[in-house]
Amino acid sequence: MSDNATLPNGWQLVVGLEVHVELATKTKMFSASANRFGDEPNTNIDPVTLGLPGALPVLNKHAVELAMRIGLALNCKVQPCTFHRKNYFYPDLPKAYQITQYDHPLNVDGFLMLPGDVRIGVERAHLEEDTGKSTHFGGSSGRIHGSDYSLLDYNRAGVPLVEIVSRPDIRTSEQARQYVAELRAILLAVGASDAKMEEGSMRCDVNVSVHKAGTPLGTRCEIKNVNSIRAVGRAIDYEARRQVDLIESGGTVRQETRHWDDATGRTETLRTKEDADDYRYFLEPDLVPLVPEQSWIDQVRAALPVLPAARRNALAELCGVDKDGESAFVVVERGQDDYVREVVSSGGDPRRSVIYVQQAFAEQGPTPKVPARDLAELTILERDAKVTSTQAKTLLTDLIDAGGGDVVAMAAKRGFEALDTGALEAMVDAAIAAEPGAWQKYCAGEEKALGALVGAIMKSSKGKADGKAVTAILQSKRAK
Amino acid sequence: MQKLVEIVAGVTSGSTTATAVVEEHLARIKAREAEIHAFNLVTADQARKDAAKIDDDVKAGKAVGALAGVPIALKDNMCTRGVETTCSSKILQGWKPPYDATVVTKLRNAGAVIVGKTNLDEFAMGSSTENSAFGPTRNPLDISRVPGGSSGGSAAAVSAGFAAASLGSDTGGSIRQPAALCGVVGVKPTYGTVSRYGLVAFASSLDQIGPFTSDVRDAATLLEVISGHDPMDSTSIPQPAASLVSVLDQGVKGMRIGRVTDLPEGCEPDVLARLEAAFDAMRNAGATIVDVKLPSLQYCLTAYYLIAPAEASSNLARYDGVRYGNRVDAADLNAMYAATRESGFGEEVKRRIMLGTYALSAGYFDAYYGKALKVRRLISDDFARAYKDVDAILTPTSPSTAFKFGSKTDNPLAMYLCDVFTIPTNLAGHPAMSVPFGVGSDSMPVGIQVLATTMGEQAMFKVAAELERAS
Amino acid sequence: MSEPISKETVVKVSRLARLSLTPEQAEKMTSQLAGMLEHFRDIDALDLSEVEPMTQPYPLKNVMREDVEAKSLDRQEVLDQAPAAESGRFRVPPTIGFDV
Repeated sequence: MSDNATLPNGWQLVVGLEVHVELATKTKMFSASANRFGDEPNTNIDPVTLGLPGALPVLNKHAVELAMRIGLALNCKVQPCTFHRKNYFYPDLPKAYQITQYDHPLNVDGFLMLPGDVRIGVERAHLEEDTGKSTHFGGSSGRIHGSDYSLLDYNRAGVPLVEIVSRPDIRTSEQARQYVAELRAILLAVGASDAKMEEGSMRCDVNVSVHKAGTPLGTRCEIKNVNSIRAVGRAIDYEARRQVDLIESGGTVRQETRHWDDATGRTETLRTKEDADDYRYFLEPDLVPLVPEQSWIDQVRAALPVLPAARRNALAELCGVDKDGESAFVVVERGQDDYVREVVSSGGDPRRSVIYVQQAFAEQGPTPKVPARDLAELTILERDAKVTSTQAKTLLTDLIDAGGGDVVAMAAKRGFEALDTGALEAMVDAAIAAEPGAWQKYCAGEEKALGALVGAIMKSSKGKADGKAVTAILQSKRAK
Repeated sequence: MQKLVEIVAGVTSGSTTATAVVEEHLARIKAREAEIHAFNLVTADQARKDAAKIDDDVKAGKAVGALAGVPIALKDNMCTRGVETTCSSKILQGWKPPYDATVVTKLRNAGAVIVGKTNLDEFAMGSSTENSAFGPTRNPLDISRVPGGSSGGSAAAVSAGFAAASLGSDTGGSIRQPAALCGVVGVKPTYGTVSRYGLVAFASSLDQIGPFTSDVRDAATLLEVISGHDPMDSTSIPQPAASLVSVLDQGVKGMRIGRVTDLPEGCEPDVLARLEAAFDAMRNAGATIVDVKLPSLQYCLTAYYLIAPAEASSNLARYDGVRYGNRVDAADLNAMYAATRESGFGEEVKRRIMLGTYALSAGYFDAYYGKALKVRRLISDDFARAYKDVDAILTPTSPSTAFKFGSKTDNPLAMYLCDVFTIPTNLAGHPAMSVPFGVGSDSMPVGIQVLATTMGEQAMFKVAAELERAS
Repeated sequence: MSEPISKETVVKVSRLARLSLTPEQAEKMTSQLAGMLEHFRDIDALDLSEVEPMTQPYPLKNVMREDVEAKSLDRQEVLDQAPAAESGRFRVPPTIGFDV
């Protein structure tokens, strides 16, 4: 099923995303054990982490700072907030309650922009602590049911988390994927997290429901175990279809939590709600309110970097490309927009500058080896038709391999020179005369015949003809 | 039996040794502990080692701490690294914490000699120490009677001379009431002045650690050592501990002392008589007695018995047999949880967990826990109004003297009423202490409770010292 | 507003608290809790609509610590106190019929 496929019979999709992000602090949220991925099990533990009798939590100031960066980057209001206990029993939850934020979270009422100026509301982004990790052994699938025992590692217990809850404004699986990708880019830009879905430092829970326009929102299902951006799209597509099929065959969607199985491409019931836990939220008596001073908030806001969307907008404006297009996305994602700016400042053709970097600089990182003015020079050569596009591509590779150089000299060395328009017209006339059949087919509307003509010209010109220019001439001749 | 301050003076001056002092206390333990059962664990070997070290330091001219050589007992709900800490519960029997509570570290740094961990009502829930899973403690003054609770063992240890001082914890009166029943001094300080790090939590917004001693000066001395800001406790007040010893001789001339006119009923007449005598003593010492009203007092028991169990139900959920403590094995996790907690917890603990879980649950939160928090505000406001007119307040500590074993165990509510005078200060977070002041008609000690406002320890101790002089 | 507590509620609450009660225990618990809750009805007489709840005895705010690492507890010392341990981790029975 493709990403943008609409649901049949007028069904509409409503999606909300809850993203948990592990913060890039040195220590845990409420205690001073290390916050480190990959260490030997149970080597980053302390009384608080293990929920030992007598342990007390103390809030990590840097976690608060990073959480504020996230909130401000998402256009939230940062407000006085409190902590609550969420009570339930599970072995990876050492105190049998999680310290989280309930009715007064740190960040509220923000938004995130998607391509096409689609605005997705962010309801809240609050602080909480992560659980330990349980691994299940025995049983056939290594999954929960039917296993023989579980082993618990509490290294992750207490790691600082920010939970970002979107409003249910997402309408397609493509938007959901864009939301996650953009959120990730923002988290990386502000230095709040390394946001690696494959390592679990960024986790998505997807809420899906369907309804028909003008009717109330449908019952939603929460989908867990969605471990990649691609899975976000696939899971939504499957779940939406499952709900529609269920309703249309006379069934009702049950409010439940479902598990996404990436291997089979299906969601399955995980949690039945009959014995649903009552979390008995109450204010955490071991902590005191967090009231960030306005000066602190202002300081964090002032120190925020230019965010990816703003960078893409600026790049798009500079280079005359679509701000939601691939070149803007790719170049900013790689952190190469400042480089493109330099190339343009050195006189480079703006549009060509961004496209060259997009197409050829994947391996280069944020500080490419090719000096900006050398690349600028190349864009000018192509713009002024001193070399063909094909030749320019070759020279680009040469530049990258050599780490820079005098492109004019490199072009001469290769014997590149573009043919002027008059020479091209003559070559086109000659080709038409040599291939009357192809020319007739082309004039009759067979676009494929164009390829034969252009190919013949390129061959006879030994690559000195610019393919695009030749095509243009043929097209305008046919039009006459 | 020596006072704490005398021991320190003797040990630091060389007129006695820590070893001699600890041997004296260990001998008393040997003589009567089997009868009294103040301790879950006597740490005689380590105590002797610690005493010897103090003596070596004194001989070598090294500085020793403010509690050098003082034998101290700790309620068995304070974490002592490598030393069994059970909370008098089967679920923690055999558990050795991998860390020390902050107060324990402070005591060790001050040169105190820890002689053992004392018995308590299981998880500090009770008023008689009859809820201990390891058998009750007996009142050293009459072994057919309870020592009070929940810190019954700590009170008895001082009363019987097993330790020169002890630490207890007070959530609804668990230091003050046993102090009154055993004829010793017991102090619950302002909430936030003594660190709770390492104190096994019962009700987080009510618990405080405090001293039991044989006199007011010792209590002031010990409290000064264990008080102070702790960065490991977020509820710890970031102000230095008040100087208390220095005010003990200032007397109460010119002070205004409150008499609560709407005190809840149920107090024995002989106890009330001692309260009157206490007011007389204050008048004679130059204080003015002022009537105060605390209209919300009558609702405090309800508020407390909704708030404390609610917090406790959450604090005790960690006892699930997964990481520490005793586990009862079962085929699956939920069955293991249930079997572990069923066999590990006593009846009173289960009852309070049930009550607390109910009070917090969906649909009942506003009616119970939510309302209780508002009643808490009312009593706090009542006190605030009263303290505009007075510097301290006197009440009985306990409605009766030490009662007989088994006399209140049939009806939980009857036991809860023991705390009717002590609970309000926990709700408000205020300090209060019990000072022995005569005896009742059964010749058992009566304690008078001195209350003061937040951080009002100096006023409280001035009054307490005067009471003691008059007793 | 506050009603006496029913046996069904008691059983439900016991499940939430992971306490297993025999039928006799559930009976006894129901009557004891009902007795207490009946006593606690005294606060129903109060008009608390304008009263702010009090959650903190002493009004502190913004208590935080610097992001500085401290030494971990010794794993062996901790696991020695665990009811069951294996390969450096705590061992528990399987979570049949349970959540993730």
